[in-house]
Amino acid sequence: MRMSQSYREEGTLSRQDGRITFRGVPLVKLILRNKEYEVKPGMTLLSALQKINIVPESVIATRDGEMILDDEILKDGDVVKLIAVISGG
Amino acid sequence: MKCKKCGAKASVNMRQHKLALCKEHYLDWVPEQTERFIKKYEMFGHHEKVLVAVSGGKDSLGLWDILNRLGYQADGLYLGLGIDGRRSPSGDGIDYSHESQRLTQKFADARGVKLHIVDIEKEYGQPIPILSEISHRGHGKPCSVCGLAKRHEMNRIARDLGYDVLATGHNLDDEAAVLFGNTLNWSSEYLLRQGPVLPASDGLARKVKPLCRFYEREMTAYCLLRGIEYIYEECPFAEGSQSIYYKELLNQLETTRPGAKLTFYLRFLEARKRGDLFIEQDIAHAHLHPCPRCGQPTSTADLCSFCRMIEKVNSVPTS
Repeated sequence: MRMSQSYREEGTLSRQDGRITFRGVPLVKLILRNKEYEVKPGMTLLSALQKINIVPESVIATRDGEMILDDEILKDGDVVKLIAVISGG
Repeated sequence: MKCKKCGAKASVNMRQHKLALCKEHYLDWVPEQTERFIKKYEMFGHHEKVLVAVSGGKDSLGLWDILNRLGYQADGLYLGLGIDGRRSPSGDGIDYSHESQRLTQKFADARGVKLHIVDIEKEYGQPIPILSEISHRGHGKPCSVCGLAKRHEMNRIARDLGYDVLATGHNLDDEAAVLFGNTLNWSSEYLLRQGPVLPASDGLARKVKPLCRFYEREMTAYCLLRGIEYIYEECPFAEGSQSIYYKELLNQLETTRPGAKLTFYLRFLEARKRGDLFIEQDIAHAHLHPCPRCGQPTSTADLCSFCRMIEKVNSVPTS
């Protein structure tokens, strides 16, 4: 199992019924390019991005193909795809 | 969060405008605003032929889509740069130019719009990375040669094919990052040239940036909501670039100060238009006169700022 970036040093992750859990609590997964992060459900998207040190202005979040906003509460089992908006060179 | 126009669930929130919109109203709002900027900055009219420089990225394809929706005569120009990530220093990228050309062609075919394709290797014998190596320009990265070749070829094609204007997909984040870099270096010559329109001059086509007031995030949202397939992968040579670093810094600022990027750019344009940039002023004697209350020098018409503040404080009844 791929370890969560935010919970890596706080404790162990495990799987329950196919879901990623931390100390028995199901997690929300956020994916940016080829990196995966996990946070606890119940927090807003904005809080989750701040927790995993992603600048909210630099991404757009989608869940089930729909764009979601900063105030969206993330639920147990959510998989949020983060789309980087910065381009150029 | 609700759409300000219809109350449905919002898809996009633009904190700098205090405006949240649903998909339908956002997809109407973007072309409306683009039309407003085209007119405000006198970029071009419906009678003129526009050549849109398209790279396969979100901004240029988004711009081409918007101009077609607005009914402009907008054809596309794709430059084949010959950039292949598999041959980049990291060697783990994609065939970037091939994929971006495929997506651009797919966009044009789906809409039945005219696309000109110019291949740099066919025209000049070598792709951009090799031209860069041979010419020893750019300190080991082809970005400088790439920029030079794109500017040259875009101008050449626009002129040779009789287009009135060349439109690029530069967004506000692009402009703010350039402005930030030029300000850090106090590059007065570049600062004085930067703007939404670069007028035509001898041998140079008029260049315009109709998206210059949209955040990069807004253009990404536009393409996602419109279903425009664009190249998501970064140019393999863009990693670690200065402009991306500046954009990240500005986005950190924007997160805590919504509207900071927009204000930075718009205030610059206003100052440039007024001619305030780099004109030495006699600040010490700029209309200073004694405050009628405290006698200290002030530039305001009546009381100095401190005395006005105290006056305001004293005017509030205390309990």
